[in-house]
Amino acid sequence: MTEFRFAVNVLPRAGILDPQGRAVEAALPHLQIRAIRDVRVGRRVELTAVADSTAEARALVERLAGELLSNPLIESFTVEELGATSSLASAAGADGPGPAGAPGAGAAPGAGAAPGTAGR
Amino acid sequence: MKVGVVVFPGSNCDLDTLRAFRLAGAEAEPLWHESPDLGGAAAVVLPGGFAYGDYLRAGVIARFSPVMRAVADFAAGGGLVLGICNGFQVLAEARLLPGALLRNRSLRFVCRQVAIVPERLDTPFTRAIGERRPLRMPVAHGEGCYYADEATLDALEAAGQVLFRYARPDGSTPEDPLDPANPNGSLRAIAGVISAAGNVAGLMPHPERAAEPILGSDDGMLLVRSLVEAAAERAAAAGPARVGGR
Repeated sequence: MTEFRFAVNVLPRAGILDPQGRAVEAALPHLQIRAIRDVRVGRRVELTAVADSTAEARALVERLAGELLSNPLIESFTVEELGATSSLASAAGADGPGPAGAPGAGAAPGAGAAPGTAGR
Repeated sequence: MKVGVVVFPGSNCDLDTLRAFRLAGAEAEPLWHESPDLGGAAAVVLPGGFAYGDYLRAGVIARFSPVMRAVADFAAGGGLVLGICNGFQVLAEARLLPGALLRNRSLRFVCRQVAIVPERLDTPFTRAIGERRPLRMPVAHGEGCYYADEATLDALEAAGQVLFRYARPDGSTPEDPLDPANPNGSLRAIAGVISAAGNVAGLMPHPERAAEPILGSDDGMLLVRSLVEAAAERAAAAGPARVGGR
């Protein structure tokens, strides 16, 4: 079993009223900022999933994201893989960057981001 | 005939709700959220408050409380379920009612008396109201802006699932979501909806806070009495043996 670190980014769906985004925009003139627009405020959840493979871990995270972390009626989400943090099996022996099996662990952060399955 | 009032950690209108239902002659009992069953209740009310601190999204953590499985089964079998304010948010998150409650357009917590009009007078939740007229009761919420996409809204209107709308004192309903009569910017001024089967309803205003004249209005008792009457009829029709069965 390996620990995989993920981030789930939740945003209001396009076209959904986002009063927090409007409130941020309303503050921009006070900072003399004119070149920023279309602010949308969402939520980022980081978590560790324990699984045998990246695919298994991702499936678990996507389920959580769709059922609890976001409301598909009003929000969409993306799952971002932050990489394998440790291998629990080898943790008993040597610590360190596990046999890093973790396929995909080497991918640049964000490379694993994929559109959520909120449309299910 | 027993009415169960669900108590989540963070519910804060449960005692008011119990009192209102007792005033209407019902035997009202609290139902702890970890209860696996409804204790024989003939109707269930999810009260206002801030279940689980409203963390993540209002109502979403409560939706996964053990009692909600029993509530969902009860609702699927035609049982009467009413959600008030936070209870409405829980029912929407649980998909027992259509739509979602977004943060108020003003971004402010709104706590004041409003007027609502019933769009249906023939439901277990509105039958005692008698005629379409404005009812006065308070709202107290930060996330009460009713949202559903246009197609869903049209379908709800066509199916008669819009149960209450915010209204002006004369009973007219504002079309502009920014109208002062609409406290939170709800689409089509929707204050409450009812399920397609007609046995689950939710509204943002608090009928239990308008339960006695000393509170400034007792219009809320019309809803409470409606539900008590309807539940009593169903309990009588089902016979004692079936009451409490799941």
